[in-house]
Amino acid sequence: MTEFFQQLINGLAFGSILALIALGYTMVYGILRFINFAHGDVFMLGAFAGFYLAPKIAAVLPTPSVLSGLAVMLAAMLICAVIGVVIERFAYRPLRRNPKLTVLITAIGVSLFLEYTGQFVFGAAPKRFPQIIPVYPIAHLGGLSITSNQIIVLVVTGLLLVTLRFIVLKTKIGMAMRALSFNPEAAALMGVNTDIVISFTFALGSALAAAAGILFAINYPAIDPLMGILPGLKAFVAAVLGGIGNLPGAVLGGLIIGTTETFVSGYISSTYRDAIAFAILILILLIKPSGLLGRKEVEKV
Amino acid sequence: MKFRHAKLLLLVALAVSLLVSLFASQINPYALFIFYNIGINIILAVSLNLINGYTGQFSLGHAGFMAVGAYTAAVITNQFGAVNPVASEALFLSALLAGGLVAAMVGLLVGLPTLRLKGDYLAIVTLGFGEIIRVIFQNMNAVGAARGLSVMHGWTNCFWVFGFAALTVYVVTALVHSTYGRGFIAVRDDEVAAEAMGINTTKYKVTAFVIGAFFAGIAGGLYAHAIQFLTPGGFGFMLSITFVVMVILGGMGNTPGVIFAAALLTLMPEGLRKLAGYPHLGWIGDTRMIIYSLLLIVLMLTRPQGLFTWRQKYKGAAP
Amino acid sequence: MTANNATENSLLRTARVTIRFGGLTAVSNLDLEIGRNELVGLIGPNGAGKTTVFNLITGVYQPTEGGIFFDGQSITGSKAYRITARGIARTFQNIRLFPSLTAFDNVRTAFHLHLQGDVRHALWRGRSFWDEEERIGEQVLELLEIFHLGKFRDAPARSLSYGDQRRLEIVRALAARPKLLLLDEPAAGMNSSEKTDLMRLIQFIKGKFQISVLLVEHDMQVVMGICERIAVLDYGVKIAEGRPDEVRRNPKVIEAYLGENP
Repeated sequence: MTEFFQQLINGLAFGSILALIALGYTMVYGILRFINFAHGDVFMLGAFAGFYLAPKIAAVLPTPSVLSGLAVMLAAMLICAVIGVVIERFAYRPLRRNPKLTVLITAIGVSLFLEYTGQFVFGAAPKRFPQIIPVYPIAHLGGLSITSNQIIVLVVTGLLLVTLRFIVLKTKIGMAMRALSFNPEAAALMGVNTDIVISFTFALGSALAAAAGILFAINYPAIDPLMGILPGLKAFVAAVLGGIGNLPGAVLGGLIIGTTETFVSGYISSTYRDAIAFAILILILLIKPSGLLGRKEVEKV
Repeated sequence: MKFRHAKLLLLVALAVSLLVSLFASQINPYALFIFYNIGINIILAVSLNLINGYTGQFSLGHAGFMAVGAYTAAVITNQFGAVNPVASEALFLSALLAGGLVAAMVGLLVGLPTLRLKGDYLAIVTLGFGEIIRVIFQNMNAVGAARGLSVMHGWTNCFWVFGFAALTVYVVTALVHSTYGRGFIAVRDDEVAAEAMGINTTKYKVTAFVIGAFFAGIAGGLYAHAIQFLTPGGFGFMLSITFVVMVILGGMGNTPGVIFAAALLTLMPEGLRKLAGYPHLGWIGDTRMIIYSLLLIVLMLTRPQGLFTWRQKYKGAAP
Repeated sequence: MTANNATENSLLRTARVTIRFGGLTAVSNLDLEIGRNELVGLIGPNGAGKTTVFNLITGVYQPTEGGIFFDGQSITGSKAYRITARGIARTFQNIRLFPSLTAFDNVRTAFHLHLQGDVRHALWRGRSFWDEEERIGEQVLELLEIFHLGKFRDAPARSLSYGDQRRLEIVRALAARPKLLLLDEPAAGMNSSEKTDLMRLIQFIKGKFQISVLLVEHDMQVVMGICERIAVLDYGVKIAEGRPDEVRRNPKVIEAYLGENP
């Protein structure tokens, strides 16, 4: 029973991290109908931003503490938001009128660029992420080991989701985002500045990915420039599972994949772990391609 | 282009490869290995071009088919071994063909359920299948799992490599330049219109997939018997992306361009490595992949129709 | 005309065909019949569901209710390419040629339906392959010449003028050797003299190839000019049907059209 709870908490924590990344994929896809392959690498950059910022912040604020942890995360989110906007502006925007395939290849190029530059600048060897937040054991009986780190993931994710919901549902720009996702031409005709909304979407998604990066690094302190590849792919699967373009779906998808992976890894075999997400992807695309919460899109002829 | 003499050209190519392979011992082994790689990459790129370039199906899992062919052929030759030169060649050919066929079956398995997906979805699913294949091999103890598989017989030579390269080019080109083959391009250009013209688009997509997978499997077998050691990690999606880059660089649906691109991209790392050896150019070695990825981005921004396309810029229907 | 027994003369028959998209009923209880060698027009205000009817007939959409019968057999739920093989071909509202193929090849794709050979023949390239390719080539050129497009045979389809592209699309549809040709707003974007040419073209096609034509068109000059019979759709429902002069005077039709003008 304790084993079950352990896996559950681990799975939910990992799933929350996937959910945060998945939101970025789904928001961009909802508006531009395009998979931002480089999104997983923004997650990686968030972790590394945190890595390099932590000592600077430690010089100013007491560390480890909630305050310093918060500062590191917000700073990383800001940096990655900027990075996301820059990528969109220079690599994707010029190709908006081109066939989808072209911008897909470009996204792959950007992803590779970020990974290899990361290896060049940061070094390929894994680094140890510093402790920016104090760790308190929550439960420690028998085989069960829950620390505050995992709870923090759940709490922070929850807070970010609430904030995101507020932005999307209650602000003008959130409404513009939703309008764009339904009908870009009509939204533009209604006076929505498409470019700004798209930039904002990228900024938002990248900030969430950065937060995911920090949360991930807190729990699994070994970071390296290629760490974003698999979580990125799995998060994309999560977005598809939930219904691409659907925000709650992305969260649901992330949690499902996170828990399924953890349970299969724990109870059956850990060597097949990475294949789980893809197996789920194939299943959902065969059974219900529009995803669990998605709408069926009818092609207009 | 009528290609009336395509079969003749094929025979000539086979004869030339045979001739070259007889003199192969004169060439330095390292250069020879690069030479083999060019041929193998040509097979992979041209076969992928049928799927991606001509039929417009974005497949990101080509390395998976290569892996299937590689492991299948290796297991067969390891099992049966060499008896005499003639039997060895026969065994090698059988092993290669078996590898191709198994890869083709996997292609059928992958293609049938997934080919009703569009563009980016198909890309991710094929990538996923490629990863699943990799993970399966990683856990298959019969082929050495993650430790790798030793291939006992290094039977790959110029004749086999360039013979099959010529065959691949022939098959893809002959297929596409026929009334039947125009269907592939129709599927790429406009699926709805293609269906309206009586073309069974699913059948075409699956056919392209299966033929592409077959040749990828053959390439895998040739690769296995050249490098003589296989690891599942060596067939990841980075490799698949390399083949996609070859197709893009050469120009989707432009077979001569893709052949050039395959050769170019095989030689480029070697070239860069050589350059890095010169004083003041050492930084090239470390930044090789960064330059590569930047080139990819720049290429897409400036010349998405590929480096070797002579037609005007094609801003036609989205895939 | 009862909707329940197939009259010997009818080529195409829809029986109470309905299609719903989520909460929207795009076409409702449509009974439409087209006889052999008939030129029928389908008109109605914008959004009436005319293209949807085309999509239903050609198998792009599957009806939610009702059945579609062609040449005596049911084609309800059949796949688009199979329906084309039975003898229905179409053009599209927004021209859908294959942009990267030449005019010649665009027409050639429709000959795929009548191919004797397959993959093996294309690869082996024996005598029978070349013979068939030559035959097909001759037929393609013949068709192109009839419509004065022969000189464009090697030009990429996207380089043709708008009017020529429209004609090419019709030629391509004819290459499929249909018994029923569906034309979706072929007069769109044409000036008066081009429309006159189009009208003559459609009548020529009907006569030469002995086929039926179902025409969706907004332009009343064209519709009234050549259609033998007209069906009028409004909000997915057939509100009138009959000869052009009957339909023109039908008060329901007038109201439907006037109603859409502010």
